Amino acid sequence: MFEVYGEPFASRFLLGTAQYPSPQILADAVRASGAEILTVSLRRETAGSGTGGRFWDLIRELNVKVLPNTAGCHSVKEAVTTARMARDLFRTDWIKLEVIGHHDSLQPDVFGLVEAASILSDDGFKVFPYTTDDIVVGERLLEAGCQVLMPWCAPIGSAKGPVNTDALRAYRSHFSGVPLVVDAGLGRPSHAAAVLELGFDAVLLNTAVAKAGHPVAMAKAFAMAIEAGRLACEAQPLEPRDMAVPSTPVLGMAVFE
Amino acid sequence: MKVGIKGAGVAGLALAHELISRGVQVELLEKNGDLSASASWLAGGMLAPWCERESAEEDVLRLGQTSIGWWSKVLPGQIRHKGTLVVAAPRDAGELNRFASRTSGFTWLDSDALGALEPDLAGRFAKGLHFAGEAHLDPRQALTALLAKVSASGAEASFKTEHFASATDLVADCTGMAAPDPHLRPVRGEMLLLHAPDVSLSRPVRFLHPRIPVYVVPRDNGVFMVGATMIESGDREAVSVRSTMELLNAAYGLHPGFAEAKIIETGAGLRPAYPDNLPRVTLSGNTLSLNGFYRHGFLLAPHFAMEAADRIVQHLQEKSLEANH
Repeated sequence: MFEVYGEPFASRFLLGTAQYPSPQILADAVRASGAEILTVSLRRETAGSGTGGRFWDLIRELNVKVLPNTAGCHSVKEAVTTARMARDLFRTDWIKLEVIGHHDSLQPDVFGLVEAASILSDDGFKVFPYTTDDIVVGERLLEAGCQVLMPWCAPIGSAKGPVNTDALRAYRSHFSGVPLVVDAGLGRPSHAAAVLELGFDAVLLNTAVAKAGHPVAMAKAFAMAIEAGRLACEAQPLEPRDMAVPSTPVLGMAVFE
Repeated sequence: MKVGIKGAGVAGLALAHELISRGVQVELLEKNGDLSASASWLAGGMLAPWCERESAEEDVLRLGQTSIGWWSKVLPGQIRHKGTLVVAAPRDAGELNRFASRTSGFTWLDSDALGALEPDLAGRFAKGLHFAGEAHLDPRQALTALLAKVSASGAEASFKTEHFASATDLVADCTGMAAPDPHLRPVRGEMLLLHAPDVSLSRPVRFLHPRIPVYVVPRDNGVFMVGATMIESGDREAVSVRSTMELLNAAYGLHPGFAEAKIIETGAGLRPAYPDNLPRVTLSGNTLSLNGFYRHGFLLAPHFAMEAADRIVQHLQEKSLEANH
């Protein structure tokens, strides 16, 4: 079970809802993924007047937990305003907090992120911060009131997979006991399996499924990889060794050197 | 037997044409004062089934191919058979490979071949894709010409009214987002018209970008249509600053000559879409609905108008047989 803000989930797969060829394919992909938490971007869809109605209805019909996000927000004020709009629209105090620092690389503005996380936590929100793999920023986010951290493993939409495994391993061991979700940068199911093997609790992704040639099949492939990665983590994989180790005993054989 | 058609967008006009050619009497009703209120008025007018396959279902490729022949036959001289060019900025070369892997019907162009095709883009892109079988038209000219053609063939066309002049045997609803259909959802699109006498392009150019793909379609007299955003929203208000910046940035990235262009029009409209983003023809009682063209009005209206017209003719024949018994 993956538990976040006191709620248990069987699935460790959080899925985004943008960029699918059609809402029908999105719905089919969600069912194939087994995801119980969907993140939705408020900013573009509402364009200021809360009129994304029919698209929201389609999401609600999927009967999963909605995690609204503040994608595309470039300032603390924008992110806080968007989070409050999302709370009214979806009647949830969950918010995936993104404060983008750079328009092109979509790198989070970690200073604005900590500030917005603090404001929103004080306001009763349960904040899921999209952050880098910087441990000090992670600590500040916990101090600000976050009970989950969502580090990237590569830039948003880059599909590169974990580019700095050492940093992710250090992050995991530093924040033992804190739910950690790898958010952004995953491109293939093997990437998802890799970060679950490292001990991360869950992954959040969107483009890797939505822009695949067959989104529904890819959603299923990710679900299987995530399950495999988690099972491997629980089964305590071998650590790499510097020499060969035969799996059959060599006792009794002559050693010539 | 008379069919009343509500809505003078591309769906309503194509259906009127198909019914008249099957010998059915038609009255076309448009509740607005002219053709400019329809989503079709803001369309790109690209007949690009191969390119659309990048994100659309196989049906769009299959059914969309009939549209090029249909428009050429119905409005001879208005269709430009120049194909489509697809390019990306050097750092987004991956997008071009991705686009190529999802589509067919193209050839790869190197910089020289690209410059031979569109001299204004010479030296600007290392490679591109050319979809030679595609075509484009000017939607406003096409809608106007189609209205003139169906009127000349005997269709009554009434504007600024919601009532048919005389009794109808069947009503076809082609009103897009104005239709009372709970399964339809609006997908907002925003576009710009630029007057750029310094830029010369002879075919639609798609400029790929991971987040903000746009296209530029040449019209007559140095005018270019730049589009279009895709936002899950029913907001009909004016174009946003963000969208305008994104569209203009892309146009400028394609050709710096667009920096000197004049913005002569901005537009925002609502595409009607079903959950699978494919159009539907539904017949219930004496009402037919032809709707859900999403971003494929000019591309798919011919096929679905023919299908709807066939079903209407069959329905009216069955009805008249019943009446005679």
